[in-house]
Amino acid sequence: MRFVMKRSYREDIQLFKYRSTFFWYLALIAGLVAMPAISDEYILSQLGFICVYAVGAVGLMLLTGYTGQISLGHAAFLAIGAYTSAILTAKGVPFVFALFAAGIVAAAAGIVVGLPALRLSGLYLAIATMGFGFIIEEILARWESLTGGHRGFYVDPASIGPIVFDTEARFYYLALTVLILTVLVARNVMRSPTGRALIAVRDSEVAAQAMGISLAWYKTIAFALSSFFAGLAGSLYAHKITFINPESFTRLVSIEFLAIIVIGGLGSLHGAVYGTAFIIFLPQLIGFTKGYLPEHLSDHPGLEPAVYGLMIVLFILFEPMGLYGRWLKVKYYFEMFPLYKKDTFRREKKYQKVERQ
Amino acid sequence: MALLQAERMSVAFGGVQALVDVSFDVHEGEVFSIIGPNGAGKTTIFNCISRFYNLDRGVIRVKGKDISRVSPHAMAEMGVARTFQNIELFKKMTVIDNLMLGRHRSKRSNLVSEALFIGSVKRAEIRSREKAEEVIDFLDLQAYRTQQVKNLPYGIQKTVELGRALAMDPEVLLLDEPSSGLNMEETEDLAFWLTDIKEALGITIVMVEHNIKLVQDITDRVLALNFGAVITLGAAQDVLGDPEVIRAYLGEESDFASS
Repeated sequence: MRFVMKRSYREDIQLFKYRSTFFWYLALIAGLVAMPAISDEYILSQLGFICVYAVGAVGLMLLTGYTGQISLGHAAFLAIGAYTSAILTAKGVPFVFALFAAGIVAAAAGIVVGLPALRLSGLYLAIATMGFGFIIEEILARWESLTGGHRGFYVDPASIGPIVFDTEARFYYLALTVLILTVLVARNVMRSPTGRALIAVRDSEVAAQAMGISLAWYKTIAFALSSFFAGLAGSLYAHKITFINPESFTRLVSIEFLAIIVIGGLGSLHGAVYGTAFIIFLPQLIGFTKGYLPEHLSDHPGLEPAVYGLMIVLFILFEPMGLYGRWLKVKYYFEMFPLYKKDTFRREKKYQKVERQ
Repeated sequence: MALLQAERMSVAFGGVQALVDVSFDVHEGEVFSIIGPNGAGKTTIFNCISRFYNLDRGVIRVKGKDISRVSPHAMAEMGVARTFQNIELFKKMTVIDNLMLGRHRSKRSNLVSEALFIGSVKRAEIRSREKAEEVIDFLDLQAYRTQQVKNLPYGIQKTVELGRALAMDPEVLLLDEPSSGLNMEETEDLAFWLTDIKEALGITIVMVEHNIKLVQDITDRVLALNFGAVITLGAAQDVLGDPEVIRAYLGEESDFASS
């Protein structure tokens, strides 16, 4: 077991709890930077996807995991980011500006969606955001003069000055940089008063109001931040695939994102990244097992969505804290060894509360 | 001038008259209790002051200002803090984070400075932390500082909720049944803290309470309600001895005789 002697409140608000944690994160980043040297194009491409999706997943985590506002239309924000960035770069705007513009336009859309959300919650909000997803999908398909409709839109690879991110390795570095910055920003917001207020809105709206937290303001902030990151992810996605059409941003993508944060573990930034890695590698896993399945099952187009659904259900049933929760348990086991108790993380049954009211 | 002033406040939910022409003043620095049987409208008064309910008729003034157009979250800014009957803590957060949320109205940072976690945000965090620690010292919560609220015993949760309201640095503290569910020792601690809050911190307390002994021990004035209407208002001793109040709580002797 480790104990940290803290001598000031400043030490208590450090980014890393232990000095060793800082070292491990450095090691992780060093390892990630070294990846292109040891892996092939295919793996790099997948890693690039993980970074892109993780940016969006961090966004959805802020909204759903921390603020408790469910969104079934996150693909729409991705789409808005992707198209904004694609159209701007096609007009000759430098990529860096287009990337930010993608975030900001998506954030603006997020605020617009957030407005009705101030009056909706739970299932109703889920339906409203899903409706928004449909609307955007339809607009993208019909506004042919701007988006190219179903024919799609060819996008140039990203470039900053003379550097063109046209190889898998280069794009991977770009996406990794954006992901690290995203996680840092999200972490900073979450450990400051705004982040606490977001969690407060999730845990108890009445109490949050009594603390002087404006529900309207903080829900709007949550939607704006979340869709900002989704917009960034959309922009990166467009420049990675270099071709986008409305089919890239369907309901299934929204559900994938929801699956990511549930599987990763609601309410943790680590979870957003772990969940992404899991979901990105899941199709490979499914593809791998396809050879062993009967033909009518392996050829069925509904196989992947079904597996996503099954995964969500299994995680909710057996590991509600998600992959990150599982990781915490493993870590705790070794930290406490040999004193680990199986029930340490078990949810406490609240007989007491009912009894005493 | 009265700190909190209610004038002929009336609220109806459908056909139920929850409050009928209820008027009272709360003076600065006093402990003011509201008593009455279940359903008398005590918590409704609190919810009106917190702006969760709108009045049908009447006015509530805080420091002379009519609050009928103030939004619920702005009441904190006006120096009104409250606790809830059924504990409304942020269950998945630690005790210290709950108290830090009490400091929310001192927040001056914007999203950009927070995203970068610059020096001013850090300093504000440390100041809030110092204030939160004062509350922890005051209420003896040291042992629970970094524990998640949902894992704490009921009595401690109640104390944390009181602490969170105190961390808001309020002028008026609305306590909704602060002693419900507490054992005798915890209730004695509570009485001690409430006296200290009044005398040392100079915070005015308005509380809804069923524990008559607690009301008797620490209250200056009492408002007794029944069926949404005022029975009587006055010094604690007089109100608690009032035959009308006793009848509202215990029923009439003839009720027993006839049954």
